[in-house]
Amino acid sequence: MGLRELFVQKDFVVTTEIPPPKGVNAASSLDIAKKILRRVDGINVTDNQRGIMRMCSLAFSHLLKEIGHNPIMQVCTRDRNRLALQSDILGAGALGIENICIMTGDHPKLGDHPDAKPVFDLDSIQLIKVIKELETGVCMSGKRLESSAKFFVGGVVNPFFEPFELELIKIKKKIDAGAEFFQTQPFFDKESLEKFLEEVRGLNTKFLIGISPIKSVKMINFLNEKVLTKKIPENISKRIETAENQTEEGIRIAAEFIREIKGMVRSIHIMPIGIESYLPYLLDEAGL
Amino acid sequence: MIITKQKDFDELLGMMDGQDSVFIVGCGECATTCRTGGEKEVGEMSVKLTEKGKTVTGTVVINAPCLELDTRRVLRQNKDAVEKTEAILVLACGAGVQAVAEAVDCSVYPGLDSLFLGNVFRHQHFYEKCSTCGECVIGSYGGICPVTRCSKSLLNGPCGGSVKGMCEVDNKKECVWIAIYDRMKKSNTIDRLSKILPAKRHSAGTIPGRVINGA
Ligand code: SF4
Ligand code: SF4
Repeated sequence: MGLRELFVQKDFVVTTEIPPPKGVNAASSLDIAKKILRRVDGINVTDNQRGIMRMCSLAFSHLLKEIGHNPIMQVCTRDRNRLALQSDILGAGALGIENICIMTGDHPKLGDHPDAKPVFDLDSIQLIKVIKELETGVCMSGKRLESSAKFFVGGVVNPFFEPFELELIKIKKKIDAGAEFFQTQPFFDKESLEKFLEEVRGLNTKFLIGISPIKSVKMINFLNEKVLTKKIPENISKRIETAENQTEEGIRIAAEFIREIKGMVRSIHIMPIGIESYLPYLLDEAGL
Repeated sequence: MIITKQKDFDELLGMMDGQDSVFIVGCGECATTCRTGGEKEVGEMSVKLTEKGKTVTGTVVINAPCLELDTRRVLRQNKDAVEKTEAILVLACGAGVQAVAEAVDCSVYPGLDSLFLGNVFRHQHFYEKCSTCGECVIGSYGGICPVTRCSKSLLNGPCGGSVKGMCEVDNKKECVWIAIYDRMKKSNTIDRLSKILPAKRHSAGTIPGRVINGA
């Protein structure tokens, strides 16, 4: 069953994320995926996330599909121009990859190839619109395709963006362009989530609420300094700091948070950045 | 104005390796303002090259080397020194260097790196606001250019990466989308941002180098 149908059929949709390998052998990444088969509704395949070069999301999405998973192919607009983006989308259609999540992507300067030419030919909204046009059998230049496929297209949201009005304008534009679901950046406390849900109430779309287990004090510092506009709650930092095994404690905190918000939301997206092997444990602890 | 910076001196010497005589050309406009190729910098370059054993056959600061006919005329006026030299070092933007290169037969080298078309605040404080994209779209953005000033040239709103109003790529640079938002808020035109704005027509741009002949 595709992700679109799962959103209709299931009360609670769970997706997660596994990056493709930095190499040609995907065996160990696929091993992790096999351990969570039938336990998650979709696996997000990142596209050179943070500007760090890895196997393409198209190939790894295909490998996940072969073992029975429901891949969500991420496509960022950083590395490819409109020709390359469209041809990859057609490739996904040919391989039966239906779910596509579009984002701009981190600037190459922040990644492992800082001298790369930043492309950004299209932005995320323009690309979502182009995919919807491809579905109707027409490419961006207006030329007809010989055949086309249907896609389930989504985007990303930063719930902590300030001013939020500007983020809201962007969310609405993505919906207008054809986005049907959104992955959010991770939440670490219920109050922020409540505030966000209030702000996006009435929008006809699906939000996969981001959950990210904290693996160390180092990660807290990084998130607080470089990523988040609202700091990780004090009680969580304390628990990680004093834990015997920080990663396992982080997993338990994330699992508790999932249980806490389960009644409030209909879908979550777990981002276990760097600790994918703990996914079965996290799902166990969260009762999923 | 074209903003430039001086090349590393060792890089310059490397380019001129094996050529002992050099004539130096400066620029009286942009490179003078940038303090990279005015009278003073040309004089300093002459001293430094002489110290390294080069023979400086002469120097001249051309008003605006990018005015090709003027450049040819000035070089003709300096014919003796130009004919004696194996190399010409040009302390001007890439356009100026090429104007010189096409007017002479000897080797011509750039002494500067050309950075951007810049607005000038105070002395030595420059800001890139337009990258001459060939089709100005800033009417849709409150008169502020996301093509140039957003690190990702995003046309439909910010990326999610801005932290405390600064750009994710350079935390010393403001996220221009916040500036666009503030301006359009003030002018009561923020609702215009709700429209999906189309992708840039890169064919309107100037690569490969465009020639306009309005004559
Ligand atoms: S839209 Fe193009 S022409 Fe207009 S300011 Fe920006 S770069 Fe310059
Ligand atoms: S932070 Fe702002 S200026 Fe920087 S890339 Fe993102 S949207 Fe553009």
